[in-house]
Amino acid sequence: MKFMDFFQREPKSTASVARDRLKIILAHERSFRDQPDFLPRLQQELLDVVRRYVEVEQDQVQVHLESRDTCSVLELNVTLPERDEP
Amino acid sequence: MATVIVITSGKGGVGKTTTCASIGAGLALQGHKTALIDFDVGLRNLDLVMGCERRVVYDLINVIQGEASLQQALIRDKRSDNLFVLPASQTRDKEALTLEGVEQVLSEMQDEFDFIICDSPAGIERGAQLAMYFADAAVIVTNPEVSSVRDSDRIIGLLQARTRAAEEGRKIPEHLLVTRYDPRRVDIGEMLSLEDVQDILAVPLLGLIPESEAVLKASNQGVPVVHDDQSDAGQAYMDAVRRLKGEEVPLRFKEMEKRGFLSRMFGGR
Ligand SMILES: Nc1ncnc2c1ncn2[C@@H]1O[C@H](COP(=O)(O)OP(=O)(O)O)[C@@H](O)[C@H]1O
Ligand SMILES: [Mg+2]
Repeated sequence: MKFMDFFQREPKSTASVARDRLKIILAHERSFRDQPDFLPRLQQELLDVVRRYVEVEQDQVQVHLESRDTCSVLELNVTLPERDEP
Repeated sequence: MATVIVITSGKGGVGKTTTCASIGAGLALQGHKTALIDFDVGLRNLDLVMGCERRVVYDLINVIQGEASLQQALIRDKRSDNLFVLPASQTRDKEALTLEGVEQVLSEMQDEFDFIICDSPAGIERGAQLAMYFADAAVIVTNPEVSSVRDSDRIIGLLQARTRAAEEGRKIPEHLLVTRYDPRRVDIGEMLSLEDVQDILAVPLLGLIPESEAVLKASNQGVPVVHDDQSDAGQAYMDAVRRLKGEEVPLRFKEMEKRGFLSRMFGGR
């Protein structure tokens, strides 16, 4: 019976569920934390500039900042729409 | 030069004010001239926990705005004459608390005190950031519970980015204080364990304060629980104070209480 199965499963303690959930959410939140505040604005302005020349969607311009030991690398990714061959 | 310590957590109701009162009173008991500043503008709880609410005349914002001198506003503790409280304003709006104002008050206090303890308001916004900005060390108060741990993590992020020390490229010492810990519930898998919380937050442990009836009794009477040296929470807070000063003190109250011979014989709690 399905209903009984539910109760007979090896019970996982609620504390370990809490721990697992915390680990996932904090890993996610920390990855955003180290980014400088200006990054979203920079991304928007770059998008505006690109749009003066080509038609792109919001998510086709991506900005990432990666910190290395001695320097930081700002990576700009623009996915251009497929060209119609003349 | 005073050491400025912020008591912070993000989440409200986890025990910051209780901790501020007991760490402050504990440092004073150890002979250090200590001042407690309540940054919780609008709520003002520290004076109640310290039992000096009826002697509040002036507050932090009066001092910032030049309406009272520091000497007029600081309330001397009834029990320790080297302990002082600077209450928060209950009425003014929060905007009256400025970074320049806080800096001015702290610098005026620098030479007077050994320790200045800042009781942070809840949240991660302006009030909490003002309370931490000039800190030389931080005590992060965390309950073994998901939202408290998450908020502590965010506060740790702010401590590492939005303090004067961080802006100058320095890192201040962070201390984790896990409070309201219930070993019985940890044992049956209902509560995050100390190891879980330490593992997730990765901040050195200052102490472990058990969930204790003594805390409510103490705050009912306006006496910091650290003065109740018979209680588990009082002893745990004193241990934390010693560690804060660099002493090595073994960790207690992590396991379920094993009732001793005397308490078995005479009943006890
Ligand atoms: N170790 C503890 N055991 C039992 N109750 C506690 C403990 N620490 C704090 N409390 C209670 O929790 C409530 C919130 O504490 P408080 O110090 O005011 O938190 P905060 O300043 O973080 O909002 C109070 O009622 C206090 O008595
Ligand atoms: Mg409080």
